[in-house]
Parts: sequence; C-alpha cells; structure tokens
Amino acid sequence: MSIIVPKRMREILWFAPASLLVVLIFVYPILRTLILSFLNLNLETGFQAHFAGLGNFARLLADSRFHSSLKITALFTIVSVVLEFLLGLLLALAVEKLKKGRRTARTFLLIPWTLPTAIIAVLWMWIFNDQYGVINAILLKIGIVDSPLAWLGRPQTAMSTIIMADVWKAFPFVFIVLLAGLQGIPKEMYEAIEIDGGTAWHKFRYVTLPYLLPFIFLALIFRIVQAFAVFDLVYVLTGGGPGGATETVSVYGYYTYMRYLDFGYGGALVVAIVLVLALTAWALYSLLLRKYEMGR
Amino acid sequence: MICCAVAAAPLAWYGLSSVKDSLELAQVPPSLLPSSFTLDNYAGLFLRRPFAAYYLNSIVIAALAALLCTSCASLAAYRLARAPKRFRSRVASFLLILAFFPPIVLVFPVYELVRFAGLVNQPWGLIIPYAALNLPFAVWLLTGYMEQIPYELEEAAAIDGLTAFDTYRKIIMPLAIPALTTAFLLVFIFSWNEFMFALTFMNLESSRTVTVGVATLSGAFAYEIPWGLLAAGIVVSTAPLIAAVAVFQKRIVAGLTAGGVKD
Repeated sequence: MSIIVPKRMREILWFAPASLLVVLIFVYPILRTLILSFLNLNLETGFQAHFAGLGNFARLLADSRFHSSLKITALFTIVSVVLEFLLGLLLALAVEKLKKGRRTARTFLLIPWTLPTAIIAVLWMWIFNDQYGVINAILLKIGIVDSPLAWLGRPQTAMSTIIMADVWKAFPFVFIVLLAGLQGIPKEMYEAIEIDGGTAWHKFRYVTLPYLLPFIFLALIFRIVQAFAVFDLVYVLTGGGPGGATETVSVYGYYTYMRYLDFGYGGALVVAIVLVLALTAWALYSLLLRKYEMGR
Repeated sequence: MICCAVAAAPLAWYGLSSVKDSLELAQVPPSLLPSSFTLDNYAGLFLRRPFAAYYLNSIVIAALAALLCTSCASLAAYRLARAPKRFRSRVASFLLILAFFPPIVLVFPVYELVRFAGLVNQPWGLIIPYAALNLPFAVWLLTGYMEQIPYELEEAAAIDGLTAFDTYRKIIMPLAIPALTTAFLLVFIFSWNEFMFALTFMNLESSRTVTVGVATLSGAFAYEIPWGLLAAGIVVSTAPLIAAVAVFQKRIVAGLTAGGVKD
C-alpha cells in the first residue's frame, strides 16, 4: 500500500493544474447558476438572497420577452446554419476538384473565421450604414432602390444583416472541416463506381456522403451551438433592437444580469437556455449519428 | 475564386478607407477607391484614443492565456494519452460537454469570482478564465497527438532511469511541438477575439482589450461616428491575426479539423 498511494498522488499531480482551472471556471459557475435560479437576488431584495422555489421558472413561462428571444434565436440559428452549411459544402466540393489554388483558397477563407466577431460586427455596421455604407451606394447606383435603406433600423432587414454577417464569418469553418473530410476519401471508391457505370449523383450519394457524415455532424453541432449562443454580433450591431426584434437569448440573459442586475432571474434564464440547447444537441445526435451507424 | 473575393472584399474596403481623409470619408455616397492618402486615422488611434494600452493588454492577456492553457493541457493530455481507453473517452466526453456551454452561462458567476479575487480590471482577471475556457479544446487536440507518440520511447527512457516528469519534458514535449504550436496559436486567437468577458470584466478605459476597444469606439463619440478611426482600428486589431493565418494556415487548419480527422 505504501507504494501505491504516493504513485496515485503523483498521477493526480499531472491533472491538478487543468482540473483546478476547470473547477474554477466551469464547474463552480455552473453550480452557482443552478443555485441562483432558485433565488430571489436583485435590486428589489437589496441584493439579499431569498429562496424563491420555482418562482423564477414560473416567471419565465409567462415572460413574453423570453419567448420572443427564443424564437428569434431559433430563427437565427436555423437560417444561418443552413446557409453556412450549403455554402461550405458546395465550396468544399468545388475546391476539392481544383488542381491548383487549394491552399490559397483555404488561406483566404480562413481569414473571416479567425477575426473577432465583435470587429466583424463593426465592419458590417459600416457597410450597411444608411448614409455612408457601401451597400446603399451600390444599390442606388444600379437603381434597385431610390432612397437609402436603414438596414439596421427595421426589424426584418436588421435580422438579415446579422445573419449575413454570421454567414460571412462562419461558412469558412464548415468549408474547412468538410474539405478535410473530402480529402480523406480514397479515390479508388470513385473509380469503382465509374467502372460500374454510376453517375455523378451515385458517387455523391454512395461514396461522398457516407464518408462525410461524421465531418458534417462535427461541423453542424459546433455551428448550431455557437449560433445559438450568438452575442457579439447582436450586441454590437443592434443591441437587440429595433424594438427587441433581434434580441437573442444570450443578449437578454446578459441584460438581465448586467443591466437589470436581476441575478436570480438571470440564473433561471440561463438554465432554460442550456436545457433547450441540450435537447437540440441530443435530437441532432440521435438523428444524424444513429443513421450513420446504421449505414455502416 | 469568387468566394475568395467575397471573403476579402469587406476587409479590402476597410484597408482603403483607413487612409482616406476626413473630407472624403464624409462623402455621400462613399468613394470606392481613395483619392486622398493620409495616416491621420492611424495617428488618431494612438494619440486621441488609448490604443497603445489596448494593444498591450490584448497581447499580454492572449499570450499568457495561451501559455497557461497549453501548459496545463499538455500535462493532462500526456497522462490521458497513456491512460486506459475507458477513462480517456470519459474525460473526452466530459470536456466536450463543457466546451458546449455558451459563455452567457459562465459570465456572471465568473465575474463574481473575479471580483471576489480583486482581479477586475487586472490582466489576470481575463487570463485565467480564457485559459480555462480553451482548456477542453486544447486537451482534446493534444491528447489526440500524444497518443501517436510511440510508447517504446518512454520505456527506453525509464530504463535509462529518467523520472516521469523528465521523460515528459525531454522526450514528449519536443516531439509534440507541432501540436503545442497549434494549440498555442488557436488559444491566442480565441483569447484575442473574446468579447463578452472582456467587455464585462474590464471597465476601465486603460484595461480594455483591442477587440472591445474597437467595438465600443463609436460609442465614445457623442455626435458623430468616427469612421476613419474605426477603419484604422479594424485594420490594426486584425493585422496580427491575418499575419498569423498567412504564416501558420496549415497548423490552424490542422487544429480546427483535429476532431474530425481522428475518426
């Protein structure tokens, strides 16, 4: 025993720094959020914590601002991820066929992905500005519109602008992941289909798609989780406006914590967000990966 | 190739706009190519706004976070790569779940912690959270790489009487340099880009990061939007990232696709 115990201790030392970080910044905050969600802790209570039972969650059920932010977030996530996926997939298929320039294409496309989202927001804010923006200048010149559009000032165009900015930043990620997947497909598989007289569609359906599925799953799950948590773009571009039309759950949660200083309700909001996200991820997992495993 | 142009066009427009003078910037409709050339906007960034401080903050915070994260992750990843498969895959799924938590879940409790530790407006108030936030990704990446380092090397080292830590330091680390570089680079980039925590934890003008500095630049002026400063700010704050992509694109791609390639 005297030998085993110190050996165990030494083994733990390897994990100690990483575990400490994880406990401090992930585990404790998650538990703290759970506790907060059952408390009344805000300006009204003088920042004294009172047990609230399920009060905060009852409030959530009746909070139309929360429901609208959930809908907005769902819409944003679905539209931008679908666009990013289609663009990324088509581009990966096209670039894979290139003999030259694959590297250059990848470098160029990697740039939007590595830039800070908050700064990309500033970039699009200017491009879509009603007076000084280049989009309105071009549209006016071609004659599509006769007077400058206030892109960020109207509910629908504001949402489209945010989606556009997100697609511009994130479709390269899908592209890079799927391109890596495509490059791993053995060429003999395609030749085999050619010998059997298969069409391009057959190649895609019976070789490309099955090989690509794990990569598709990886890209989609990352994108969905990140799109659902969208904060920087909305906060900088519209602040959630006009009239709450672009307020996503993260932005509402942030305001609840940091502007309204309602920490108990903020906790409940966040717990609800995580539950919705977990359900979505689980549904996607069982849908996509189970199909993949059956296909094998 | 059209897509490359689409990716680059908005950035090019900013580069061009950043050297226009204020008269040309106020033109309606805006000019596409600059007819004037001035570096006033860049000068203004550093003279009228505390951009030098922002820049220094970002560099220090991102570099130390990347260093702390990569060091902690590589120690854990090495032992993980040599651990029984069941333990390894359990830790991997635990980390994956953590990585999926949106930042809004963590921001307020971590703010409480940072305030409790007296680190609001201090670089460490962001370095430690950033190192932790990127840890799941770094451990995942490094474990995958270290698994492929042959075990025989360590047996030879053990016969030579090297301790476990020396083996790690003298044999494993040098071999893992490509993966360590990738991890460092990506954690640096993610930390440089982070917005929500930086916005919340750094409320003094002098402790802000570049990303928050540029994003809140227009709010600092009451009556006009300082387009020239914004354009120069975007160029200055993204230049190091664009340079990193140009030089290390292969390493960055390797990092982004590590999870998929392992399958």
